[in-house]
Parts: sequence; structure tokens; C-alpha cells
Amino acid sequence: MKHLLDTKELSLADALNLLDTADYMAGVGQGDLLKLPHLQGKTVVNLFFEDSTRTRLSFEAAEKRLSADIINFAAKGSSVSKGESLKDTIQTLAAIKADAVVIRHSASGAPQRLAEAGWIDLPVLNAGDGTHAHPTQALLDAMTLRQFKAQRDRVETRGLTLEGLRVAIVGDILHSRVARSNLWLLNTLGAQVKLVAPPTLLPRYTDSWPAEIYHNLDEALESGVDAVMMLRIQKERMQAAFFPSAEEFTRFWGLTPERFAYLNSLNHETAVLHPGPMNRGLEICSQAADSPRSWVLRQVSNGVAVRMAALYLLMTGGSSQDFYPAA
Amino acid sequence: MPAPTYLIRSASVLGQETADILLEDGKIAAMGPHLEAPGAQVIEAQGLIALPGLVDLHTHLRQPGYEASETVETGSQAAALGGYTAVFAMANSKPVADSAAVVEQVHALGLDSGWVKVQPIGAVTKDLAGQQLADLGEMAASKAQVRVFSDDGMCVWDPAIMRRALEYVKTFDGVIAQHAQEPRLTEGAQMNEGKVSAELGLTGWPAVAEESIIARDVLLADHVGSRLHICHLSTKGSVEILRWAKERGIEVTAEVTPHHLLLTDELVRSYDPVYKVNPPLRTEEDVLALRQAVADGIIDIIGTDHAPHPAESKDCEWACAANGMTGLEQALSIIQMTLVETGYIGWADVARIMSFKPAEIGLASDQGRPLAVGEPANLVLLDPTARRTIVPADQATKGKNNPYRGMEVPGAVKATFYAGHPTVLDGALNSPRREG
Ligand SMILES: [Zn+2]
Repeated sequence: MKHLLDTKELSLADALNLLDTADYMAGVGQGDLLKLPHLQGKTVVNLFFEDSTRTRLSFEAAEKRLSADIINFAAKGSSVSKGESLKDTIQTLAAIKADAVVIRHSASGAPQRLAEAGWIDLPVLNAGDGTHAHPTQALLDAMTLRQFKAQRDRVETRGLTLEGLRVAIVGDILHSRVARSNLWLLNTLGAQVKLVAPPTLLPRYTDSWPAEIYHNLDEALESGVDAVMMLRIQKERMQAAFFPSAEEFTRFWGLTPERFAYLNSLNHETAVLHPGPMNRGLEICSQAADSPRSWVLRQVSNGVAVRMAALYLLMTGGSSQDFYPAA
Repeated sequence: MPAPTYLIRSASVLGQETADILLEDGKIAAMGPHLEAPGAQVIEAQGLIALPGLVDLHTHLRQPGYEASETVETGSQAAALGGYTAVFAMANSKPVADSAAVVEQVHALGLDSGWVKVQPIGAVTKDLAGQQLADLGEMAASKAQVRVFSDDGMCVWDPAIMRRALEYVKTFDGVIAQHAQEPRLTEGAQMNEGKVSAELGLTGWPAVAEESIIARDVLLADHVGSRLHICHLSTKGSVEILRWAKERGIEVTAEVTPHHLLLTDELVRSYDPVYKVNPPLRTEEDVLALRQAVADGIIDIIGTDHAPHPAESKDCEWACAANGMTGLEQALSIIQMTLVETGYIGWADVARIMSFKPAEIGLASDQGRPLAVGEPANLVLLDPTARRTIVPADQATKGKNNPYRGMEVPGAVKATFYAGHPTVLDGALNSPRREG
């Protein structure tokens, strides 16, 4: 693995390697093991062309726990309107010192350009690009779903796939890099993905997507799900006629108290996930967000662990075996 | 000193019978087997195909205003190397070619350059803003004698403005060349809307945004009885509308670019902006429908939409890259590859779609003429057996935004004669033609 640009090209072995490493990393920063020395003397550049305090803090925490040096570069908006191009920015930072680049950008494909245009020769880690991909978010979601499955079935997480797990992803699929990256990764891990959205918030052409498509949330829930992942909806979308009103969106596509009560009435566990930040009362009700079924805070802590895993694997060429000596 | 004469020996005329061709005083003076012409410079053309000089109804020469991208000089050199003897220069310069002054400036630059005939296209609306008609009559009456009008790059989206423009240019037998793109349906559009855009998370440019404008405009052209030309047709559905319109007798002509006959949106998976173009690359199904439409005569001409850009406009992330790709220096090769070698059309059809018909649409009377005695000596000699690799750095155009870079293509232009003067010899630029 030279870069982490998307989850689509990850094999099952790659995915398990990342998740197993992340499981180990989850223990770092707790108890006696405060940090690992593996990236000592190496510099990670965090290139954030889009506001995202949460993701940036998560990456910084991951980098610090691996003892890396950090250069932060933040430029609001893309380089389109500003004077300096992405190419010049990255070449400048690489000239200072960089061993890997973490990039967040509003333009789909910007991380792939960084990796392939020949501007630099460094590992590139996509921290979210436009409406394309957000691989570390998908990995932390998979890590969380794996924990859910392991807890439910009383098994170990390590080596576990998501075989048999039915996951509904609900809301604005069209504009969601989280949904896209989850679609590929969850499939690779053996889960069954159900996408739930009005047709306006789905791409027009999804025939080739490995997912069942639902336009009705109740039907999707009644079809049987083990986890629901509610996506953040941007209220501004209604100005562009994607849906009539926030109220109507909530009524038809939100995880309302009524729907949450329905999930609670079932005789099997259903995990509730949300990539954050949540619009409480819009796509998710507080009852669901704050319930024991909610894995939202676990998602956040898992975020640091998967980012540590990705940085470790990309920058050292190691594997999860480094932490789990062969029996 | 008398102008030199040229004797082209044993060329295959339109890929058919072999003949010698004598060029004298800017005209074809004689054609036939075994001509004798003492004093003439002999061009051996055994195995070469002679075609009428190519005519491009859709070229962006970028001057005035965007000289970093291209100039009339470099663009017309590229044209000559591609086998062209005439190019129509699109109006989206800076300032926009919406007045007699600007079209006369471009026209004069073309005369100064002398590599090809440079025929300015006038804007339909002032500043391409789509709101107020440009100085259509003034441009038609100017030294540039503009007959083709286009807001290319922008769509004349307002149906009332489009209707008036179609009507008004009838005064001087002009034609409106429409860039068909419904603006509301393509806000923020980055690539063809399809399964690739769904995966890549790039905003889609749906086929219906092109087709709905074409449908509207053929109906408008029918209603007012005007000529209409559709630029760069890119979808299968557009072909169906065109077929219907032509069957109905509507005076509409259509163009396709070489790149839409070869490249597809699968290439966008690289996020390499060299593949960013407007209208966008479509699907394999569209490509095949467009090829068939050329064979069926539904699509009338090849227009290159040659759109050079400076390197920095493409050396960036996809969203901020400029639309467009260069085309002039390999258009004939791409046509040979996609239409001739695939059996869709023959060389006589190539002459029709790349020379006769574009000249006819644009009313360039001295261009696109048959290869016959007494006709203007505009012709190109092509080696159809050559194979060459496209190297953008070696090309005359300033634009290195060439999607075919590194690709091996068939066919090489060996010579181009513009009004009897060899602008290209031995596959390289020779010299521009000087008037009188
Ligand atoms: Zn155009």
C-alpha cells in the first residue's frame, strides 16, 4: 500500500491488516502505553483545504501518538481562488520536510492528483476529498461495526469480517464521500449495504453499485438491518430543490423517536452510527444519539486508532503482524 | 519572378485513382496521368492520398487576449501541420469577437500569418452574455465577412434571443452555431453524468442538458426557417433528435469532434484534467452512436474544438482545471483511426466531412472545393500507412493539453498546399503564403 486514497482498491487482506493494526492502536494512549516511537524523526504534513477541526484533531492525535513531527497547513477553500496552486503548495512543504501527506480537499480527486501527478513522491493519505472518498472515516466505521459484531457474538475482533452484517446508510448519498467509501469497504468486508435516500439525493446511475437501494426508510428498516448509519444532511440542499423542507426530510428520512422505538422493539440489536457532526432533530433524534445503542462516541475514538494504523502502515511498510507475533 | 509551380506526382485522389496534379498560380492547372511541367518543383506522392485542404469550423485561436494559450500564428501553424487550409476562429477571445473591430483584427492577423485562411466567427450576443445581440450585421459587413455566429463556450440559452438571432442572420445568409448546454442542468458540472461520475463524486453533466437545447433549437429553426448548426454533438440522444429533424427537412447541420469519436468518461477515473472538456467525454455507447451518425450522414462535419491552454490550467486538481483539449495536429489521424480504419466511411467521405461540408456551412467559397482543374489549389497529401506517436512537446500549438499524448496513431500529413503554396512539406512547416 503506497497511498490510502479510497477504499475501493483495498483488498480484504489490506482492510483486515488496517483494522487489526487499528485494534492494537486503540490501546495506545491508555494505561501505561502513552505513545509509540515508530514515526520518531518523521514529519507528517497535514494539508487542510477545507475546514474540518474534528478530522484534523483526530489526525494530529494519531500522529502524536506515533511520535511524528507535524506540519499543519490550512487554507480555507480550494486553491482555485487563491494565488498558490496545490502543486506549488505541496512542493513548498515537501521542500521543508515531509515524509507523508494527509490531505483534505473540497475537490474530488485532489488526493489522487497529489499522489499521481508527479509533483511529489510521498505517501498520500486522503482525509476526505469533495464528494468522492473518505477512507479513514469508512475504516473507523468498519472498526466500530466490527466491535459491535464482536460484542454481540462474543468473539474477538481481530481477523473478523463483517460477513452477514446488514448496514443501512441513510440520507444524502449523492453528496457523501462517507457513503461512497463505506459502500466499497463494507462490501469488501462481507457486509450487505442498503442505501436509503430520496432519488434526488442518490446518483442517477447506481446500477453497478453493490447495494440495495431504498427510497423508503421504513421499508429499509423492516427489511432487516443490524446497523443504521445516518448521514449529515446540509439544510442548504433544500434551496437547490433536493427536498422540500427540513421537516419533510426528518419525517421521511430521519431517525425519529418513532423509528428508534421500532428498532428498540425488535428482538435483535441494532447499532446506530453517525459520522458527525450531528444535526439533532433533523436526521437523528436525541433519543437515538444518546442511547446505549449509539456508537457515535466510539466512532470518534476509533478514528484516532485507524488513522494511527494507516499512518503506520503507509510510512513504515509494516503490517499488523508487527503487533501480534505469530503464535 | 513568377510564382513557383508544383507538380504532385502519382497521388491517390481521395484515396481512389492515381493522378498527377499541377499547381500553378494558386489553382489546379492540370490533373491526369503523366503530366509534364518543365520548371515545376516535383513532389513525389506515390502512396499518398490527396484530399482537399481541410476546413475546421471550430477552432479556438485565443487571440486577442489569451496569447499565453495560443496566437493566430501558432494556431494556424498547427492547422497547416494538420492538413488544414482554413480555420474558423471562435469568438470567445478577450475582448470577445462581438464587434467589427475585433473580427477585423483577427482577420488581419490571419492574413499576416498566411499559414491558413483564418475566418473569424462572430459572437451571437454581446460579451457572450446571452442578453443582447452582438453587432451581427456590422460583423457580416466588415472586412472579415462574418457568416458564422456562435457564443461557443456558452449556450444561447434564452429561447427568445435564440429565435431572434436565427431570424436576424438570414439577412446575410448567416448561420448560428449553437453550443448546446442547458445552463441550469449543468451548474457545477465536471464530467458526464453516468456511472463513472457516480463513483468519482464529480458533478454530472447530463446528456439531457445537450439534447433539450438541440430539440428546442431545431424546432425554433423550423419555425423561423433558418439555418442552424450544432457544435460538438456528444450524445446518442442528440443523434436521434438530429435524425428526426433532418427527416423533417429542418435546415440543421451538426458537428462532432475527433475526441468524442474516441475517448470516453472512463478516462476521468485518473482525475487527470487533460481529459476535462466541454461537452464532456461520454460513454462507449455514445462514441459508437456518433461514429454511426457520421456514416449515416446525420452528423455533417468534423470540428476539432481545438482548445489550447497553458500548462498551469491543467496542472492542478480536476475542479479548477480549464475545459478543453488540443486537436488540430492529429484530427485527421483520429478520423482515420475511428472512422476509416473501422470501416464506417471512406476517404471521399473524409473529404466531405472535413472539407467540402464545413466550407459550405461557413460559406467559405474558396475553400472545400473539389480536386479538379480550375479549382483553388488547396490540398493535403496524407501518408495513410504512417504510424506515429503523439508528442505534445513537438507540436506547433502552444497548448500541450493533448489527450492523445503517447498514443500511436495512423496517418501523417506530408504536405499542405494553401492556394498553391506549400505551407507544409515533408511533414514539417515550410513557409506561410504571402499574398500577391
Ligand atoms: Zn463549445
